[in-house]
Amino acid sequence: MTDTLTPVLTKNWDADRAWTLASYEQGGGYGALKKALKMAQDDVVTAVKDSGLRGRGGAGFPTGMKWGFIPQDNPNPKYLVVNADESEPGTCKDIPLMMASPHTLVEGVIISSYAIRANTAFIYVRGEVLHVIRRLQAAVEEAYKAGHLGKNIHGSGYDLDLIVHAGAGAYICGEETALLDSLEGRRGQPRLRPPFPAVAGLYASPTVINNVESIASVPSIIEHGADWFASMGTEKSKGYVIYSLSGHVKTPGQFEAPLGITLRELIDLGGGMREGHELKFWTPGGSSTPILTAEHLDIPLDYEAVGAAGSMLGTRALQIFDETTCVVRAVLRWTEFYKHESCGKCTPCREGTWWLVQTLNALEHGQGQESDLDLLLDQCENILGRSFCALGDGATSPITSSIEYFRDEYVAHLTHGGCPFDPAASTLFARTLGSTPGAGTDKGQVGVTA
Amino acid sequence: MSENTGIDEKTYGELREIADRYPHARSGLLPMLHLVQSAEGSVTPEGIEACAEILGISAAEVSGVATFYTMYKRRTVGDYHVGVCTNTLCAVMGGDQIFAELKDHLGVGNDETTEDGKITLEHVECNAACDFAPVVMVNWEFMDNQTPESAKQLVDDLRSGTEVSSTRGARLCTWREAERVLAGFPDGRADEGPAAGPASLVGLELARENGWKAPEK
Amino acid sequence: MTTAPEKTASAEKAVEKSDLVTLTIDGVSVSVPKDTLVIRAAEQVGVQIPRFCDHPLLAPVGACRQCLVDVPDAGNGRPMPKPQASCTMPVAEGMVVNTQVTSPVADKAQQGVMEFLLINHPLDCPVCDKGGECPLQNQAMSNGRGDSRFAASGGVKRTFPKPIHLSAQVLLDRERCVLCARCTRFSEQIAGDPFIALADRGALQQVAIYEKEAFESYFSGNTIQICPVGALTSAEYRFRSRPFDLVSSPAIAEHDACGAAIRVDHRRGKVMRRLAGNDPEVNEEWITDKDRFAFQYAKQADRLTYPLVRDEETGEQRPASWPEAFAVAARGLRFAGSSAVLTGGRLTAEDAYAYSKFARVALETNDIDFRARPHSAEEAGFLASEVVLKQPATYADLEAASTVLLVGLEPEDEAGTIFLRLRKASRQKSATQVVSLAPYTSWGLAKMNGRLIQTAPGDEAAALRKLDVALDSNSVILVGERLATSPGAFAAATEVAKATGAKLAWVPRRAGDRGAVETGCLPNLLPGGRPVDDAAARVDAATAWGVSHLPSRPGRDGDAIIAALASGEVGGLVVAGIDLRDLSDPHGALEALQAADFVVALEQRETDVTRAANVVFPVAPVTDKAGMFVNWEGRPRTFDAVLANPASLPDLRILSGIAEELGHPLGFRTVAEARAQMEEIGPWDGDRSTPAEGLGFETVASATSSTGGFKLATWKQLLDNGRMQEGDDNLRATARRTVARVSAATYDGLGAGAHEVTLTGDRGSVTLPVEVADLPDDVVWVPQNSFGHGVHADLSSPGGTVSVAKGAE
Repeated sequence: MTDTLTPVLTKNWDADRAWTLASYEQGGGYGALKKALKMAQDDVVTAVKDSGLRGRGGAGFPTGMKWGFIPQDNPNPKYLVVNADESEPGTCKDIPLMMASPHTLVEGVIISSYAIRANTAFIYVRGEVLHVIRRLQAAVEEAYKAGHLGKNIHGSGYDLDLIVHAGAGAYICGEETALLDSLEGRRGQPRLRPPFPAVAGLYASPTVINNVESIASVPSIIEHGADWFASMGTEKSKGYVIYSLSGHVKTPGQFEAPLGITLRELIDLGGGMREGHELKFWTPGGSSTPILTAEHLDIPLDYEAVGAAGSMLGTRALQIFDETTCVVRAVLRWTEFYKHESCGKCTPCREGTWWLVQTLNALEHGQGQESDLDLLLDQCENILGRSFCALGDGATSPITSSIEYFRDEYVAHLTHGGCPFDPAASTLFARTLGSTPGAGTDKGQVGVTA
Repeated sequence: MSENTGIDEKTYGELREIADRYPHARSGLLPMLHLVQSAEGSVTPEGIEACAEILGISAAEVSGVATFYTMYKRRTVGDYHVGVCTNTLCAVMGGDQIFAELKDHLGVGNDETTEDGKITLEHVECNAACDFAPVVMVNWEFMDNQTPESAKQLVDDLRSGTEVSSTRGARLCTWREAERVLAGFPDGRADEGPAAGPASLVGLELARENGWKAPEK
Repeated sequence: MTTAPEKTASAEKAVEKSDLVTLTIDGVSVSVPKDTLVIRAAEQVGVQIPRFCDHPLLAPVGACRQCLVDVPDAGNGRPMPKPQASCTMPVAEGMVVNTQVTSPVADKAQQGVMEFLLINHPLDCPVCDKGGECPLQNQAMSNGRGDSRFAASGGVKRTFPKPIHLSAQVLLDRERCVLCARCTRFSEQIAGDPFIALADRGALQQVAIYEKEAFESYFSGNTIQICPVGALTSAEYRFRSRPFDLVSSPAIAEHDACGAAIRVDHRRGKVMRRLAGNDPEVNEEWITDKDRFAFQYAKQADRLTYPLVRDEETGEQRPASWPEAFAVAARGLRFAGSSAVLTGGRLTAEDAYAYSKFARVALETNDIDFRARPHSAEEAGFLASEVVLKQPATYADLEAASTVLLVGLEPEDEAGTIFLRLRKASRQKSATQVVSLAPYTSWGLAKMNGRLIQTAPGDEAAALRKLDVALDSNSVILVGERLATSPGAFAAATEVAKATGAKLAWVPRRAGDRGAVETGCLPNLLPGGRPVDDAAARVDAATAWGVSHLPSRPGRDGDAIIAALASGEVGGLVVAGIDLRDLSDPHGALEALQAADFVVALEQRETDVTRAANVVFPVAPVTDKAGMFVNWEGRPRTFDAVLANPASLPDLRILSGIAEELGHPLGFRTVAEARAQMEEIGPWDGDRSTPAEGLGFETVASATSSTGGFKLATWKQLLDNGRMQEGDDNLRATARRTVARVSAATYDGLGAGAHEVTLTGDRGSVTLPVEVADLPDDVVWVPQNSFGHGVHADLSSPGGTVSVAKGAE
């Protein structure tokens, strides 16, 4: 039985100047790289396959298998692209990782690139995180100077260039093929598949695209072994992950634990709900994963169990909302987000989100009628599985799941003639306006139950 | 005949330098547009034409890219871009109220700039700092756990020239200076600020308190 | 005398049985070639799946999602979990597809998408040009709901200000746009002119130009035609008529030698618009903007509608009856002594045949030449030995070629359909390498990813002799008409083709040129490739025509005819379809015409030529007559009259009238009769003309270089001051900017910051904006007919040199 929390990626975040090469190497950093460079490349792939590591960006595709799809007989260059476009609402794990310990990612990039025989790698990081980009730039520069990057890395004969590339504000670029178009200097709209990126990705060459946390997990797998990694987690969901707790808990934050921890445990670790409040609804992995409620508190947070509960593990972005929160307002705001971020390529997502917002907005303001709920569900049915990529699917998740669990609350808006909630009651500074709040403190603010 | 754009020679050279970083020059377009914003204060026609010329693509293609991404601005941005997260979680936790009070306090609407040219206010989407909600971004630096009061104080300080540091980052630079970093030209401030904010360390501290750790090999 | 080329390899190639895939669509089994997309396989069983973004000639994109179908078995025994876009999914053996016809899931998916498409659509069909031929309208009726839940629920549509100009010609109504991106994809993939692009995002996404660069592509009109809604319209046609009021006729474009199929839509005797026809072997579904928009020339105020004769007393032209005009023309020619014939490039093959026979039988001369432009004896020899009766290459050959060598030809300007095919060829997986012997890398060459072999005008022969391009029997050499001003170039190209086995094809600029070669509008050729200097060939033609003999004296070429008119050696002239600006010496030619004893002009509109004529006959434009153009491939392209206009006579009918008055009837009065006679006389099967050994190149009078040392490179741009583009100002407004191009070194030598240059040659001076191109330092390029009266009238004689100076700013 492993411990409740298992800091690996987060272990050095409190180290002095954790972002520097010196600090990282002092903690044993780049040891895995040296080990990997002595391994055969296919053995590195095998280790990652055997570890059971699955993509940490939301979809959960086995990472080693993805690497195995790269056709090594293809004469084109191979590329590794790190998806650091963390933008899924509620998701906030990769950004602190890259800010605190960019070298963990850089080391992972080098090992992973070596494994798939890429000589050029990219970190595509969203543009709206200036300081993270500074830290990444500095880390890459340090890594070059230390000989971890560049030509003939540590005498291995292996060459790698790593480019930190800042995006410019587009949620859709988290979709891997849209990211590739964006990285090629185009509008970030998803590509037709096939061909899949493994065959024809960046510059129509074989390309692996992995999430930050996936790549950052690779050094530990190489260092400690696949079995060590697989000893954590559940049967089909191996290893440790970062769970991000936010919202109406006393102490929001990052919790690195083996896959399978429950929300109940996590809320406990977060000091419980805000004083005097109770859990109303939550997202297991960002706004694109259907919301869950208090009845799901004891579901193991792994790929299988959350899926079985009708949602998805996603990015383990646990946004916690208590009973002061109007679910219609929350869902409307998410829907506005999808409308804003719809790339415009396909009809159902582009036009559907335009319409969904109008329908939801009317309901939030007490206009419309109960049959509009059925209209909403029908609109969602015409978007889900009909859009070009998963953005459209994600847009329907909060709507269909919230109507499933909170239909009465929608109806209450109609009977009440508007939103029955007081938005002030759900704020961090409710009743304590003027105080200096801060995370990591135990100053739970007490609000009035709606 | 020669490149008769408003982009000066130094910037033009740096735009080329960005394109040269990539296996295929067009990959440089996003950072190049960041540099254009750094030099021009927005994506200007001169900047679009310079990018098109360097990359050998049409200005319509550059313009199509520039208008796709929300960080690229068609109107000149103030010294400080203040972005209030109003995605669901931050909104619920107080972002809506912060945004409303800032609009009132600054006398500007969304995506508008104060008359003194100091502050451009915009509501932004989730910026991956939900455990620090509600969040305000200044020139894409984190200002965590804001209240309406702290946010108003923040913009007042920015307008009066008081030095402000990010709650988890460096001393705030101007928006144009920030855009230059995004273009890939570091400003030497990477070592400022902490490694992590308090929320990022909650789990780690708990683990340390309880002696929890990953299994030994 | 020409036969249809053999079916192209791709068309003829029988699909191997093993390449067929059998699947079931709506319960019907169908076998289609592998890689066929489901949406097209469904057409084989008679099921039309609705679609917007799909276009067979554009890469699949799957954006609109209108064509969703249910796939209960992907061919592997497993169902696809959600509806699939049939426009992106290739067939698979054993696949089962259920479309909207049999699947409630597919039907609901399609109806859902259609409902979404309409929420932001203005539904302004009653005032929309597309109404009545609109895929959105039609498919909304067949695959959509009858009511609007969006409107019923109080939905607010996205609105945009009404249309914006993408160019002077193309307008965009953003509200109507369904963002299928056919237009932007066409511009990028097919034309290579990405001057329109998608801009903004989400529901605000829209097609846009860059604010300072209009959508000025030679092929822009195709986007209007493939737009599945009324979002793109032309300034020319907008609000002019409704599709259901139009009568459509197939026709062949008359603006170049490509033979592009077009569709002409007319209403009450007036052509309202022209569209691309669909001919996979020739122009696929694309045409140039000139082919599409340049048809107002036939409606201009200076259109001739009745015969004119010059009154002997007043010296002025006056209207005359047809019989009088025939009589006056015949009498004048009879008394003019020897007479000659000059024709231009607009003639149909039947009309050209009539001129050819008229010259030989009625005027008893070989003084006939269709080359109303600089030409040479070398060229005439080349046409007689290497071009007439030959069909060396097809469009399919261009696509299949490993290498295509362009010599003295700028396809984008001079043969747009060839350009598009070459661009397609250069972008396919086994890319065709385009190599061009030209003075600089044109935009067109760049778009074909072509390689430039920098060649100054006149140096083509030398460049061909030291060619470092691997050519083989799979290669094609395309030679353009401007090689007539480059001594030895045709001969050198012929040598290269023979040595390498490469196919060699001549690409003239005008629709009638190749037909004129076939029908003998040359001093050295009779119809059907019969050499004038071959007695047996003359006897053969004379026998067919029922005359005792044909003139044996070799004819004069165009320049010699003009010289002879000026000197009085030739007294009479029958002239048709010539623009004096095109000739080597426009001014000299006009003086020669004015000096001639008797000139009979057959023309559509009043020109300097008709004003100098003693008798003027109005002739029918292509819309008013049947005919045939022979394109550069040697492919006959026949067409019928679009408009019934009995008073509008083809050239051949007028020539037969004159000939009868002269006592030498031509034996035909109608196009059908002329065509029958052409078929009867057939191709010459005797010895072919071979160019005489060491045939000297009679260069057109070369200007002395006293005015300066820059060689002048020039050709005509697609859109310029051509007569047949008159009347559509919006089209002309999309022409490329008129500039002079110089090398970087030459530019630097002009002094700092020059925006204009003044060029001075033996015919005059012209000042133009200047641009730098990768030209040789001693060469300057200007468009041939984009300023003043053109290069030959205003600047320099062909092959001349010019001086270059900084323009007065």
